[in-house]
Amino acid sequence: MCARGYDAGVTVTADLKGRVYPDTVPYLVGREKVREFARAVGSMDPLNLDEDAAVAAGYPDVVAPPTFAVVVQEQTLAQLLADESAGVDFSRVVHGEQRFRFSRPIVAGDLLTATMTVTDVKTLGGNAMVTSESAVRDRDGEHVVTAISTLVIRGDA
Amino acid sequence: MSADRLDVGQVVATGGFDVDRDGLVRYAGASGDFNPIHYRDDVASSVGLPGVIAHGMLTMGLAVQPVVARFGADRVLEYGVRFTRPVPVPAEGTVRLEVEAKVGQVQDDEARIDVTAKVDGQTVLGRAQVRVALGPRPPGAPRGA
Repeated sequence: MCARGYDAGVTVTADLKGRVYPDTVPYLVGREKVREFARAVGSMDPLNLDEDAAVAAGYPDVVAPPTFAVVVQEQTLAQLLADESAGVDFSRVVHGEQRFRFSRPIVAGDLLTATMTVTDVKTLGGNAMVTSESAVRDRDGEHVVTAISTLVIRGDA
Repeated sequence: MSADRLDVGQVVATGGFDVDRDGLVRYAGASGDFNPIHYRDDVASSVGLPGVIAHGMLTMGLAVQPVVARFGADRVLEYGVRFTRPVPVPAEGTVRLEVEAKVGQVQDDEARIDVTAKVDGQTVLGRAQVRVALGPRPPGAPRGA
């Protein structure tokens, strides 16, 4: 059931690639959460902070910073880490790569649902690398953003 | 702003951020990432780190801000990075993250902006690239609630 990564002893379930996880519980994007996140990443963009500026630009409410998408993606990564059959040991996980592809920015008031697919599993130098794509859709089912993570699961060495 | 001509290699934005422990705790609360390696030295040391390190996603989030300030938070079509070097953050004082954004490519109504993020002269993100929309905001593009 488990593929061992060469001699370092990393184990990730062999058939993890291609696995699709259930839709997450819908996440309601709050205005103050967007502002809190924007301040935490040093944003000074009025679109992130001021609803009047966002409305003037044609949005219904404040626009989230690009990396806010990770808050929604996190629900899907939690599914992966909680899935004992996936064999991903959280204490060994390091974030290797991250990418976001947007159809449109996230806006306060959005109700977002994410669906994660494990797209690649590799072993390299005693580490396992798991790449997942979490597609985030709004309440109308329209695509908003896909968040792609590569997690590195370190070997014993 | 979007009418400005962009030349490949041109520096379009720079910025600097002083990161301290308070900032890590603030980001933990804002993002929901409460991994203790970002606020407890003992836990960080136990997994082989030199001490508390910044969330990679905080570094990624800070590094894009000069680009956001230049083009707008809603003009980012794609943003990707590799986390190549951890950023230790001392219990007291700050570390300085220096960001420079250059035009990598311009095609039609899009540009690829290449971001360099450094701490103490060393690059902490690899292949940090932002694809931004340059044209006017399309009517009807804003959706949502």
